[in-house]
Amino acid sequence: MPIFHAILSSSAAGPDGDLHRLQWLIGAWLLIGTAGMLRPRSLRYVAHWLFPLGALVSLGIAATAGGFLAVAPMTRQAAGMAAQTQILPLGLPDLPFHLRLDALSGFFLLLLGLAGAGISTFAAGYFRSGTGSAPGLLGLEYHLFLASMALVILADDAYLFMVAWETMALSSYFLVTSQHRIPEIRRAGFLYLVMAHVGAISILLCFGVMQGGSWQFSFQAMRSASLTPFWASAAFLLALLGFGAKAGLVPMHVWLPEAHPAAPSPVSAMMSGLMLKTAIYGVLRVSFDLLHFRLWQWGALTLALGLFSAIFGAIFAAVQTDMKRLLAYSSIENVGLIFTGIGLAILFDASGMPLFAALALTAALVHALNHAFFKSLLFLATGSVLHSTHQRLLGKLGGLIRSMPWVAVLTLVGTLAIAGLPPLNGFVSEWLLLQSFLFTPQIPHAFLNMIIPTGAAALALILALAAYVMVKFYGVVFLGQPRESSLTHAHDANWMERLGLGWLALGCILIGVLPRLALRASSAVTSSLLGAKVHDGSFPWTIAPVAAEQASYSGLIFFVVIVAVVGITFLLVRLLAHGRVRRTPAWDCGYPWQTSRMQDTAEGFGQPIRHMFGAFFHMERELPSPSDPAPQYRIHIEDRLWRAIYQPIARAVQWLADKVGVLQGGRLAIYLLYSFLTLLVLLVFVL
Amino acid sequence: MVRSHLIAQLLNLLAAGLLLLSFSMLSRRRTQRLINLYAWQGSILFLSTCLVAYDAGLKELWYSAALTLLLKVILLPVILHRLIQRLGAQWDTEPVVDIPVTMLAGLGLVIFAFGLAEPISHLATTITRNTLGIALAVILLSFLMMITRRKAVTQVIGFLAMENGLFFAATSATYGMPMVIELGIALDVLVGVFILGIFFFQIREQFDSLDLHHLESLKDE
Repeated sequence: MPIFHAILSSSAAGPDGDLHRLQWLIGAWLLIGTAGMLRPRSLRYVAHWLFPLGALVSLGIAATAGGFLAVAPMTRQAAGMAAQTQILPLGLPDLPFHLRLDALSGFFLLLLGLAGAGISTFAAGYFRSGTGSAPGLLGLEYHLFLASMALVILADDAYLFMVAWETMALSSYFLVTSQHRIPEIRRAGFLYLVMAHVGAISILLCFGVMQGGSWQFSFQAMRSASLTPFWASAAFLLALLGFGAKAGLVPMHVWLPEAHPAAPSPVSAMMSGLMLKTAIYGVLRVSFDLLHFRLWQWGALTLALGLFSAIFGAIFAAVQTDMKRLLAYSSIENVGLIFTGIGLAILFDASGMPLFAALALTAALVHALNHAFFKSLLFLATGSVLHSTHQRLLGKLGGLIRSMPWVAVLTLVGTLAIAGLPPLNGFVSEWLLLQSFLFTPQIPHAFLNMIIPTGAAALALILALAAYVMVKFYGVVFLGQPRESSLTHAHDANWMERLGLGWLALGCILIGVLPRLALRASSAVTSSLLGAKVHDGSFPWTIAPVAAEQASYSGLIFFVVIVAVVGITFLLVRLLAHGRVRRTPAWDCGYPWQTSRMQDTAEGFGQPIRHMFGAFFHMERELPSPSDPAPQYRIHIEDRLWRAIYQPIARAVQWLADKVGVLQGGRLAIYLLYSFLTLLVLLVFVL
Repeated sequence: MVRSHLIAQLLNLLAAGLLLLSFSMLSRRRTQRLINLYAWQGSILFLSTCLVAYDAGLKELWYSAALTLLLKVILLPVILHRLIQRLGAQWDTEPVVDIPVTMLAGLGLVIFAFGLAEPISHLATTITRNTLGIALAVILLSFLMMITRRKAVTQVIGFLAMENGLFFAATSATYGMPMVIELGIALDVLVGVFILGIFFFQIREQFDSLDLHHLESLKDE
């Protein structure tokens, strides 16, 4: 980061240079997208020129945002540069678009740019000609999606925010339904669109509450509005509902497991890795920036919802048999963890403990950054697997490590990272989150400080389940024997795909080994939002968030030790075994007739979880009878919340629509009578 | 003063005539008679506009009166007569509600309209202020006629009569509408009648009749 800073500070023109450059970069995205329409049918043109260009623009955005964050927050505050603002000559009369770049938006732009660069590079090699939308159209929607996410993050008034938010929802809808000839995909897209709009309405209402009677919709006016605790709580709840619907917080999560498998893999990666983060950004913007105080009740609610989402997501991920659905549920789990961190931060902040609040917020931010890397990586890897095998079902995959070594190795990095193993990045944020749980007994509320520590136990359970899920994912897809004969012909990813995957894997390793990098970026945010930041460690390669003598972690030392142990073991084995490599059949437990069908399956792997957490699921099981000559075992798992919440709502809407339909009797005289009576009633009203 | 008083009396007389014609439209079942009554309404409007124009000395109102004569007394009745002859729709079938009940409902509406107009007419300063209640009553009665009839042609006549009531309300409450608006409305009415005429032929072609109950099948199941 200091390097970025050195490069950029020399070229930045004036105090608002970063914001200007970002506008140009976003404009470049839009231009690239439009350029795709020049030759919409040409895959070579779109894939080989436009997507790599888009990746370069992403890198530019990441570099600009990183440079902005790298300037020490205190220096910036002193120079009056805590935020760069600008009013665009666009929008409605009296309602122009405002832009603002501060530490929070800088952090999320960094995330967007870094992960976006990897995804765009992968996408350049991924899209094939075939059914579905034309490549040029996909390119347009793709870059529009990226640009609208950047605008959501930069928006400084409710109007631009909502415009960008809706553009984001619509462009991603069209990306999800690019294979619109398949009915399930249309259905998934519809569900996504409905949930996106329920969320958008809630966000709109939230802004309506926050303007606090001033009828000014710039964020500056909302910051200075003074709300009563009641209305502030209403605004916070609306924000939680609206942004939660986008982030996939239970119980608004239903669209995620439908839409992510339906979308092409780079789009799933963008939605899960990047779009969910814009919702996190929205919650943070509203609760820590726009509202001028926080109540501990908000924190407790967010914490409870976050923990529940995380458990829910982890358990459901464990029983999935479709690899993209599994990852979608895993996204719900990770979003739950991020919300847990946000909840703790609100709780600490409302209790007057800024340092611990900064710690919890750091955990949430770093986890958001980590999730952008490893979840994008895993979704992209499923795309490569999908392309070479045409299979999404875990039950028909297996043994791909031999035919797709590149993808297998890079996916392994992502899998280990998401399972939270040191020295990779997932461990850092989960460790930070656990650290912040350890300080909850100091909260001055009698019952809270007794109940919340049990959350730490729940967190431990979630992390263990997440690891279990990832063992299942990696083990079933890449290890063992191929379950279908066609899998032996699977081909590895092409070099553009490898480059994209490699970039994301590098991010996972780099943040894990040198967590100080991510902590520096998030410290800029916490010091601008909370006025406190976590401590650096005593050495450049360690982190010690609260105090050096309490707890510290060094990814680098872990990394060195692991590499050393593995290297020494390898050498020792080579020495002792005289370097001879023997290839013989594996020991078959005395039973030489095993086939690949006898391996543990995805269903089998999930069975213990299904058994233990049976209360969470609605299960329909078909067991074969002993005398059946062609036995079939089938299990269908459904979300209980779908039946408990969504079906009644759908039925109520249908019922209401039927009632309204009665009004349409078909007789002209009746219609005329309606207007006549309306007229009379209005006249009586005047009288 | 005397002249002004005389004109006010004359206007009241004309307004009463308009109301009577509305009631008579409610009770008629022959379509041709209805068109004639509509033409009579038009001529009363023409006379009353002339009177107001003479009294207030407004040039625009003369134009408006001429427009009324041309459109509502001559052009539209002729068009409607031709339409009916070509469609062969001289008789309306039995109305939805029988005529005595309709008349009683109409009485109620007139009382309602007068009650409604009373506070407003106190505010008005024009000589025509007493006629506002009648104008409202004409609007409501025409609406009632649209509701109670079954044939498409009679509904159109009801619609046109309603427009007459609105026009009368405009001249009686204020001295008419601005010329631009009046021209606009006149054009709307003319175009509306043409379009509805086309619809009549389409409806008859589809259902072999102009009876509107055939349209009841056009609803969502």
